[in-house]
Amino acid sequence: MLNNQGRPTTPAAANESAPRPHKTFTGNRGLQQEEALLFETGRPDVSGVDIDEPQPFISRLGALERATPLDLPGFSEPEAVRHYVRLSQKNYSIDAGLYPLGSCTMKHNPRLNEKTARLPGFADIHPLQPQSTIQGALELIGELERWLIELTGMHSVAMSPKAGAHGEACGMMAIKAAIEARGEGKTRNVVIVPDSAHGTNPATAALIGYSVRAVPAREDGTVSAQAVRAALGPDVAAIMLTNPNTCGLFEKEIVEIAKAVHDAGGYFYCDGANFNAIMGKVRPGDLGIDAMHINLHKTFSTPHGGGGPGAGPVVMSRALSPFVPLPVFSTSASSSAIIENAVELAGSAQHPFGRMTAFHGQMGMYVRALTYMLSHGADGLKQAAEDAVLNANYVRACLADVMSLPFGNRPCMHEALFDDKWLKDTGVTTLDFAKAMIDEGYHPMTMYFPLVVHGAMLIEPTESESLASLDLFIMTLRDLAFSAKRGETERFTQAPQLAPRQRLDETLAARKPVLRWTKPEAISEAAE
Amino acid sequence: MRYLPITPDDRTLMLARIGVAGIDALFADVPGDKLMHGLPQLPLRKSELEVERLLSRMAAKNMPASSVPFFVGAGAYKHHVPASVDHLIQRSEFLTSYTPYQPEITQGTLQMLFEFQTQVANLTGMEVANASMYDGSTGCAEAVLMSHRLTKRKKAVLSGGLHPHYAEVVRTISHMASDEVSTLPPDVQASEDLLAQIDETISCVVVQSPDVFGNLRDLKPIADKCHAHGALLIAVFTEAVALGIVESPGAMGADIVVGEGQSIGNPLTFGGPYVGLFATRQKYVRQMPGRLAGQTRDAQGKRGFVLTLSTREQHIRREKATSNICTNSGLCALAFSIHMTLLGENGLRKLALVNHANAVMLADMLAASGIEVLNKTFFNEFTIRVKGEAAAVVEKLAGEGLLAGVPVSRLLPGAGCDDLLIVANTEVNTDEDRAALVAALKGAK
Amino acid sequence: MPSSYYTKDHEYIRVEGDTGIVGISDYAQEQLGDVVFVELPAKGAKIGKGEQAAVVESVKAASEVYAPVTGEVLDINGALEGEPGKVNQEPAGDGWFFKLKITDSRQLEGLMDENAYAAYLKTLG
Repeated sequence: MLNNQGRPTTPAAANESAPRPHKTFTGNRGLQQEEALLFETGRPDVSGVDIDEPQPFISRLGALERATPLDLPGFSEPEAVRHYVRLSQKNYSIDAGLYPLGSCTMKHNPRLNEKTARLPGFADIHPLQPQSTIQGALELIGELERWLIELTGMHSVAMSPKAGAHGEACGMMAIKAAIEARGEGKTRNVVIVPDSAHGTNPATAALIGYSVRAVPAREDGTVSAQAVRAALGPDVAAIMLTNPNTCGLFEKEIVEIAKAVHDAGGYFYCDGANFNAIMGKVRPGDLGIDAMHINLHKTFSTPHGGGGPGAGPVVMSRALSPFVPLPVFSTSASSSAIIENAVELAGSAQHPFGRMTAFHGQMGMYVRALTYMLSHGADGLKQAAEDAVLNANYVRACLADVMSLPFGNRPCMHEALFDDKWLKDTGVTTLDFAKAMIDEGYHPMTMYFPLVVHGAMLIEPTESESLASLDLFIMTLRDLAFSAKRGETERFTQAPQLAPRQRLDETLAARKPVLRWTKPEAISEAAE
Repeated sequence: MRYLPITPDDRTLMLARIGVAGIDALFADVPGDKLMHGLPQLPLRKSELEVERLLSRMAAKNMPASSVPFFVGAGAYKHHVPASVDHLIQRSEFLTSYTPYQPEITQGTLQMLFEFQTQVANLTGMEVANASMYDGSTGCAEAVLMSHRLTKRKKAVLSGGLHPHYAEVVRTISHMASDEVSTLPPDVQASEDLLAQIDETISCVVVQSPDVFGNLRDLKPIADKCHAHGALLIAVFTEAVALGIVESPGAMGADIVVGEGQSIGNPLTFGGPYVGLFATRQKYVRQMPGRLAGQTRDAQGKRGFVLTLSTREQHIRREKATSNICTNSGLCALAFSIHMTLLGENGLRKLALVNHANAVMLADMLAASGIEVLNKTFFNEFTIRVKGEAAAVVEKLAGEGLLAGVPVSRLLPGAGCDDLLIVANTEVNTDEDRAALVAALKGAK
Repeated sequence: MPSSYYTKDHEYIRVEGDTGIVGISDYAQEQLGDVVFVELPAKGAKIGKGEQAAVVESVKAASEVYAPVTGEVLDINGALEGEPGKVNQEPAGDGWFFKLKITDSRQLEGLMDENAYAAYLKTLG
């Protein structure tokens, strides 16, 4: 029998003059719970895994048995689960809300992808099992290669790179190998990179021993063929260009640029970070591109996981195809194989330049990406690209009257770039505006990138947002914009107020780096 | 399409609001003949049921490790992962969050990374660790580049016990960067003379322990000689569990420690995604590649965490960055960290002990049946000599439902090691598994 | 004769006899924001005019500091290691980077004096 006498079932009317929530004893605020570091609460003798000591035996460790303590805290399973659940509650995620980080393509991550990646036939196979026992894995890789090649119109694909920057390195190494094979390794040592490029591009070029020659972007945010021609010469190995570019625009002279680069004896590397805008609409192979990485964790929705893992297969033109790294997959209907060693390719047209990583690459990501592709199909992928572009343009069109567009109110691709001109004299910066979005329940857009635009705000809504979701987002940004222009500066400069933490002191973190937990007594000893 | 919330009516309305007649007007910058009007030559959309059926059929053509007696290692290891690990990493807030660029709303990821860095530093016996690399092999190459920057020399020496794939990744990047690499011949019984290689011209020596053949290596004398000549010792491991009972590379004097973290918390998944562990001395931190989480305070004075020392990284330094790495292995690092948290000091020590005990038992059984075990020391993996070609033996036994190990010839073709087999034995192997392997190898011709 | 000179990269050199004290200008420290780390040259190092001599890092930026003139490093400001914030507080005072023994004082003639530098800053907007 219910005994709920005296239990009120409606809350008392809120008292408008009541003070804001009081300071709590625990420091928690309802569902938002503070959580200590593992090292402050764990106990070395507790374990969440039951393992029996083995029977006594004669060790074969030689004289190398561990003498120094591990200093690792232990937890029972319920304690460990609670720790990580509480930590998770301090994170924003695409599952919880719109995540408009430009150039990051934070789209929905279908859970079917997670389910298929966990099939024992994929998750529980070893990279060095006999090839006869992993024919299904090779079939899957072959199928993914087919989709990537068809969608990009390229000739082959190097599967093993583990992320976008790793793919860039792979593509640029293939270019370097091709140039060395031509006997021009000593003379071609410059790579052309536009100012607007992502930082990984110049870093990659430098990593493999090239010097960087910058070309500026035009007033309209794109690179002109004329500027590229002026930078070309017999010392140029390649150009690295992002298309659609980091300003969210399609490089309209890209075909001319490709031709100019090829005429000068160079190769064309395309950063494929923004492929989501054009999949099923434009094939990079038709534009004259020689190599392009594809971020499976962006375009093909393998989850970002708080910063990885990703996967960055590189599609290659016919000219570069002989120079892919090991391993090479050979797949056919009857039998498939992995070629892991250069000796197996002796006498063939293939001249692998080496190896990007141990084993074969990011199988777990391949399964997820192919699952995503099969679910969408040719029609769904094309529709996804169109919706991504449509959504970005809708955001642009609905904000163009209150925020400023550096390149005018003209169509963009899958992301809309604003600058901070409209914030002039408000006392509010791009950073402040972004932090105020946090209080409204949104993850901020990409800020201060690309560098060529002052106070850049790069908004990529992706195809995963409904019209209702976009409308609420737009209304929120409009409300914030009007508020900034009205001079309600505190709403911005003091933001965020409602997140698990207020603004963090990055200067302190960098001046006195604390990169690990240390026993408190050790700190006081060190201070003495 | 179940993943696309925009309806045909929405599209009409939105195009009108944007002020264009059709979707292709938004693609007006694409050179005229390059815009495709049809569909790619690929199948059309499929239901969940259809996709799952297709992938399950492919998966069924593979032989999962847990379905057979399984002794395959050489850089990736089959261990039991507690169920809570996979459950926790699939929480939306971890799985579908980006790199923590906005620290106010990503304290979960940042605190986890700070804890991960501490666990890795403690495990390796080093002072600081980064927030992960792609895997052990790419971490190894990054360590070599870091040693070049620190010593201002350009020549690396690789031990013949280093995993051949790792050595090849190092050689590839070194060739591209015009750095020098000297690789010692395959060293099955840890008998190479590394000390003779160390002089004033080299930036680093790269030594793996347990090495690819399973031997443990005493790093102390190598570290001492490196330091006397201004070079660095890079210690590599591919089996992180070993560090539960084997002395840490840091305690033996290593300057940079890199390793594969897969065997704690992460499934085999055919070679990736894995997680590279990277640790070094505090004084070298500004030359370390990769992201770093650091402790600080917020505007109210509360402890919090941020990505820090990012001036080392590509988005600020561009062509002068320490590395081009951007995305790393965040979620695999989380799985590693959760598994470590569940194990704790005591659990990890016992797990390592059980691995070693099982391997000792198997080595003794094999020796007793006349099969030569080449190792004097090992942790959970060792090298044996079989009759005939190891690759053929493995292929034959696979047909009989047993995965016996990795033939050395698969990693080192033409090195004269065709009759050698690397056999790993972890806590998942039972007495029945071991008996089956011994019987099969005795019978194999 | 003025005692302080500036480069277009915003280094200053304050001349005292044949010694030059090098640092970054007030404008440069303001552009960088909170300085968190300074990497200084080795004492005794010989550095040519325009060659990289030091690195200064803020949270969001890193930039090289070049030698305004050729010289030998006589002394470095070790205090910046523990307190890089001095570069922000007193760029021309306690926030100096290193002292150079000037090889050829004629190289100073190619640099800007206070007035020329102030005019130069105005052109940067």
